[in-house]
Amino acid sequence: MSDKSEQQRLSVFKTYKLYVGGKFPRSESGRVYEVSDSKGKWLANAPLSSRKDARDAVVAARKAFGAWSGATAYNRGQILYRVAEMLEGRRSQFVHEVADAEGLSKSKANELVEATIDRWVWYAGWTDKIAQVVGGGNPVAGPYFNLSSPEPTGVVTVLAPQESSFLGLVSVIAPVIATGNTAIVIASERSPLPALSLGEVLATSDLPGGVVNVLSGRTAEIAAPLASHQDVNAIDLAGADDVLAKELEIAAADNLKRVLRPQPVDDWRAVPGIERMTAFLETKTVWHPTGSLGASGSSY
Amino acid sequence: MASLFEYAPAPESRSVVDIAPSYGLFIDGEFTEAADGKVFKTVSPSSEEVLSEVARAGTEDVDRAVRAARKAFEKWSALPGSERAKYLFRIARIIQERSRELAVLETLDNGKPIRETRDADLPLVAAHFFYYAGWADKLDHAGFGADPRPLGVAGQVIPWNFPLLMLAWKIAPALATGNTVVLKPAETTPLSALFFADICRQAGLPKGVVNILPGYGDAGAALVAHPDVNKVAFTGSTAVGKEIAKTVAGTRKKLTLELGGKGANIVFDDAPIDQAVEGIVSGIFFNQGQVCCAGSRLLVQESIHDELLDSLKRRLSTLRLGDPLDKNTDIGAINSAEQLARITTLVERGEAEGAERWSPECELPTSGFWFAPTLFTNVTQAHTVARDEIFGPVLSVLTFRTPDEAVAKANNTPYGLSAGIWTEKGSRILAVASKLRAGVVWSNTFNKFDPTSPFGGYKESGFGREGGRHGLEAYLDV
Amino acid sequence: MPTNAPTAAPPLPDVASSDTTLRHFLHGLPGVDTVGLEARAAALGTRSIKTTAKAYAIDLAISMVDLTTLEGADTPGKVRALGAKAVHPDPTDPATPSTAAVCVYPDMVASAKEAVAGSSVKVASVATAFPAGRAALPVKLADVRDAVAAGADEIDMVIDRGAFLAGKYLKVYDEITAVKEACGTSARLKVIFETGELSTYDNIRRASWLGMLAGADFIKTSTGKVAVNATPANTLLMLEAVRDFRARTGVQVGVKPAGGIRTTKDAIKFLVLVNETVGEDWLDNHWFRFGASSLLNDLLMQRQKLATGRYSGPDYVTVD
Repeated sequence: MSDKSEQQRLSVFKTYKLYVGGKFPRSESGRVYEVSDSKGKWLANAPLSSRKDARDAVVAARKAFGAWSGATAYNRGQILYRVAEMLEGRRSQFVHEVADAEGLSKSKANELVEATIDRWVWYAGWTDKIAQVVGGGNPVAGPYFNLSSPEPTGVVTVLAPQESSFLGLVSVIAPVIATGNTAIVIASERSPLPALSLGEVLATSDLPGGVVNVLSGRTAEIAAPLASHQDVNAIDLAGADDVLAKELEIAAADNLKRVLRPQPVDDWRAVPGIERMTAFLETKTVWHPTGSLGASGSSY
Repeated sequence: MASLFEYAPAPESRSVVDIAPSYGLFIDGEFTEAADGKVFKTVSPSSEEVLSEVARAGTEDVDRAVRAARKAFEKWSALPGSERAKYLFRIARIIQERSRELAVLETLDNGKPIRETRDADLPLVAAHFFYYAGWADKLDHAGFGADPRPLGVAGQVIPWNFPLLMLAWKIAPALATGNTVVLKPAETTPLSALFFADICRQAGLPKGVVNILPGYGDAGAALVAHPDVNKVAFTGSTAVGKEIAKTVAGTRKKLTLELGGKGANIVFDDAPIDQAVEGIVSGIFFNQGQVCCAGSRLLVQESIHDELLDSLKRRLSTLRLGDPLDKNTDIGAINSAEQLARITTLVERGEAEGAERWSPECELPTSGFWFAPTLFTNVTQAHTVARDEIFGPVLSVLTFRTPDEAVAKANNTPYGLSAGIWTEKGSRILAVASKLRAGVVWSNTFNKFDPTSPFGGYKESGFGREGGRHGLEAYLDV
Repeated sequence: MPTNAPTAAPPLPDVASSDTTLRHFLHGLPGVDTVGLEARAAALGTRSIKTTAKAYAIDLAISMVDLTTLEGADTPGKVRALGAKAVHPDPTDPATPSTAAVCVYPDMVASAKEAVAGSSVKVASVATAFPAGRAALPVKLADVRDAVAAGADEIDMVIDRGAFLAGKYLKVYDEITAVKEACGTSARLKVIFETGELSTYDNIRRASWLGMLAGADFIKTSTGKVAVNATPANTLLMLEAVRDFRARTGVQVGVKPAGGIRTTKDAIKFLVLVNETVGEDWLDNHWFRFGASSLLNDLLMQRQKLATGRYSGPDYVTVD
């Protein structure tokens, strides 16, 4: 049986699925599209999401918003850190996928995956600090105390960057959910596989289902219904070109979504500022009367 | 109102303000006619008397003003912050000096009671300039990185409900951060902005730093769309806000919007009732209810509904409606015939939909635009008067049974500007406040404002914050 | 003219059936938000009362003054002068109304009665070991009976603040009902809380209800002997209490702010509070009083100013 050892094992292909509401459904459309690497070699089929998938994702994200925004900031930090831990264990898979997706060498891809893991760690540490940095008490001229605190905007649609399939992706997801928003992420159209695999990591990181929902397909097609969706509160246009960005911004005006316009990013590895967090935060100012201890004011 | 103790008229002297028969646009430090020579009349809403004739800005004037502001930007933004600060301090002080004059002017042009312009609007206007003056040379420490830069020319469009205060909210942070300004006041209340132009001259503010363009919506639209405007700030209706958001889509213009609201004022059964009644009254009848953050939906716990309504009705019977210049007037005139028509239509709709309408006995003056304080009871979330912003002295009363239900109903609106909570239980205040989707929550008080405190909405009430450190961000390139 | 509360049965008798029921009732009253209450009082203080309204308010205020002398140095002569002043506050203008009452210590009641004889001016007497109230009940009652026997029309008692602050509400209640009984049918009872010592507005509201439940004809802020006496805010709160009490029981109770009201401007602010909180039913000296001494001369000077158009001076009103 000498030829047995020479016979190559037939590998098991992975069926890439969407990640919505903590589950891994196929597209409701039943359709897929071919994903190939930078040299045009077929890698896998990815679900071609439809308007209805987008709608389902909004329902899932809205459902998850209450508990996620209501969780303690410490708890959110722990979960984001857990994502980093899970990723660390699956580095080789992502190095492989990122190398394929972006046409990079293994070592270059490795560098990006490491930066991505570190990005989760960075945002994990932010969850319980952002309120102290951007909120605070205000010295009201009168017998009142008031406190301004940042609160998550709500359900955020995120158009992931088209080029940076993993580091860019995480760099736009993590700031959205760190502060308590829930997200519907449209993966890079050409390179959706790292995003779809990230769903599997998130599912095993104690992140409640629905906090992040990942859709793959034609960005413009999925983004349009999300930009006009009345139950979506904000949209990050990172992955849109100028024409699409303008169209979506106009559609977003219908319910006055917060819009983060696409900005040129030279190097996703640079330390992010807090702008991607503050773009999806609302400031709530709560007033309380103070007054004196006694009925007679300062005379006592 | 007791008939034994009738208050004699106590009018504030009108002679403290000298209104010219006509006013121009204020562009590049000069008053000038509109390019097409158009003018419009501004009337006193309480008497329909014509106060003055004002130049009406058109597209060409907008362009002229933006160019003046652009030209002034270079030097203004290059000034040391400490110098810009001193200009703003000067302005704040001149406003304080002229506050009685400005209060009377505002009352004449807007129709709101002198008690409010004197005790609320003007002190807040001066305080706002004073507050932002102090920021001008401290921007490095504001949390936006070292040496944050201004945006350039700010196009600002403000409403008629707090004409001078909204001007202050717009202009003070813009100038403190080094921007120059083109501001369009509302067509029914242009005068205080034009008096402010004079204050800028008294303060020696460099030409072109502040430009004032009285005009209508067309001028506002032209300003917002002008390609050389870097920043758009708008306070007004949600419908116009959406149009503006579409206009600036695809540009680099930074946008902040303060829009409508349908604020819920939630009264729990353990509330300090007498103070809650006062808060309900100031929540909806302050400025005749023409306030974006008005507490226009009263959510009262069912167990105290009848008792609270009795107290509220008794209190409403003591409200004094009439001559806005009378120092004892609580309720002044509605700002315009158009606004009165809108209020009237919505109130009629409320009645037609079966809500129960009540007003105290209240004699309305025969000239001018007036609407009696009005309550609607038996209102549900489905009623138009519980959903649409009326922007008038009309309160819709709804009930709830549990805190959960109160929060659900309060949040059940596309708006998210303000809310009130009345309870003596501290933990309930914190729990409910944290669940309310509104930018300003007043617990055991309502309609309080302060220059240090950020103000602005969630959802369709707009985005961005005005006031406080947060208010700087809208005018900085960060 | 509305009549006094019936002296026989105190309203809501079940409430005072035990210390527990009384506590539950008083602590079940709505809370008071300090800032909101003071803001409302201050807002009403900005009312501008001019010309005819001012003339009406000044005369009304004069007619509501309990012209008071409560000094260790009081003598019959001093009290006689005070009585004469109460009857004819402004000798130069007989149209000036008399004050409501003179208010004296029990041993001066007889002199006071004599001084106001034949006029509408009442004689009020502080009693119950005023101002501290630190004496045994029999002593307090003897004090009251003494004053009533001497002809006092009104008794201004102090509550036992110590007992109130210790939560012994029933003790306070019982003392008031005992004093009320000692007043008989001839004297109206004013119950003084010494609001400055009760310190919180919640306490003032509870004390107001406690006093009214026990049969007070008037509730009164203070003795005038502590640092903080009547304020617009505590008086507004007590006006709300009498308003709510009448709505609940049908019994009308009067209010008397005392101490610290010195100027016409102050007095008019208080009348505005009355007018806009409880209305015209209380705009009468049967239901509202000012416990004051120096206030009267300021009212008289302002009255002269309105009549003559020029400012008056202290030499044109009498020193008594």
